[in-house]
Amino acid sequence: MSDQFSAWQLILNGDAALFEIVRLSLAVSLSAVALAALVGMPFGALLALSRFPGRSVLVVVLNALMGLPPVVVGLAVYLLLSRSGPLGAMGILFTPTAMIIAQTILIVPIIAALARQTIEDLWTEYRDELTAMDIGPAGRMTTLLWDARFSLLTALLAGFGRAAAEVGAVMIVGGNIDGFTRTMTTAVALETSKGNLPLAMGLGLVLVAIVLAINAAAWGTRAWSERQVG
Amino acid sequence: MRAPSSDLPLVLDGVTLQAGTTTILDQLSLTIMPGAPTLIVGPNGSGKSTLLRLCMGLAAPSAGRVTRGGRTDSKPVRRAILFQRPVMLRRTAAANVAYALAQSGTPRSQRAARVSALLERVGLADLALRPARRLSGGEQQRLALARALARDPEILLLDEPTANLDPAATRSVEQIVLMAAQSGIKIVMASHDLGQVRRLAGDVMFMVRGALCEHGAAANFFDHPTTPEAAAFLRGDLVI
Repeated sequence: MSDQFSAWQLILNGDAALFEIVRLSLAVSLSAVALAALVGMPFGALLALSRFPGRSVLVVVLNALMGLPPVVVGLAVYLLLSRSGPLGAMGILFTPTAMIIAQTILIVPIIAALARQTIEDLWTEYRDELTAMDIGPAGRMTTLLWDARFSLLTALLAGFGRAAAEVGAVMIVGGNIDGFTRTMTTAVALETSKGNLPLAMGLGLVLVAIVLAINAAAWGTRAWSERQVG
Repeated sequence: MRAPSSDLPLVLDGVTLQAGTTTILDQLSLTIMPGAPTLIVGPNGSGKSTLLRLCMGLAAPSAGRVTRGGRTDSKPVRRAILFQRPVMLRRTAAANVAYALAQSGTPRSQRAARVSALLERVGLADLALRPARRLSGGEQQRLALARALARDPEILLLDEPTANLDPAATRSVEQIVLMAAQSGIKIVMASHDLGQVRRLAGDVMFMVRGALCEHGAAANFFDHPTTPEAAAFLRGDLVI
């Protein structure tokens, strides 16, 4: 990559290396969002509907974990997956799989905490009606998750925003290997420190554009489906 | 589906319900028998809604005993309640009814036909695919009735279902309620609209400040109230 290319030229020319970086970033972050939703949504709903001693402590801890530093998650996953770590035998350190694991851990608390709040608010509205219909705990959870689906989209977006923007965790467990585990954020960090500002800026612009596009699409979907369902 | 044993008669025996230091229901003893609609009448704050919630099993007495068909622990499989402001699920009208059918154990193969029949019964067949939350207040109340009837109830409890409705919507709700009563469903309904009580009631329970003041056939209640409170209420005086 040489200096005479401007950021725009790289994008407009469809630079192959740049597109591979974009593709990997999206694949990792979207996979992490999907996995985190599978874990975080039911967990948030369960926490919203349960009453047990120490629940408030758990809610506070969960909310606090939304601010988990990516480098700390990266370090923890690194220790787990490194050759001498408990899961070292799997040999997945410095692979996209490791990056997905780290980002999933990073955003599960975000999705779970936001889902908990959303479901709890909806539950106060639905409580009498669902109790009168004799809906059991599992039915309550699925009903509330489904009926809160548009609000829960915001939780997914928050999770995606966090995953797409973080650099610490993917840098540590992915290693920023060219053509293999290099994402937009790690590439921006690397190219900036190398002084290759055009590529760094190009990647930065693409990153911002993608986050904007995904949020706009989600907003549009939500507005449209709310018109359909009320 | 196994036919569950009957919830009637519904008997309250010395039931008191307190919230904090406030007594909402005060040593209430009454019996609800099968037959014509029972209307619960009384000023706001007299405990009508709480009494209905207690009959449904949504509230538990602080003291005293509630028995349904002689049992204290009957599951709410054959009871349904209509709240003053029913909550519409964020789905279509038809899906709201289908939800109640699924919950009450209607086999999947029969649901579509039952949904159509129930929406027809409450006059919402044309609005089946409309999002429930975008229906008008009267339509929502009728949809909530369809949802309650989907549970094939033996007792239908209604908490001032027409309090926020205009006369036309009130009439269609009352017609559905009367049809339900004629099909053998026991109606227990709270109301403070005396005209409505005249139109619907078989017997009347008059409540003041959480206590049962008078209970008798509707005609007797209107023509020969035995307590000064009931007489004052019927005259249109303010009973507090």
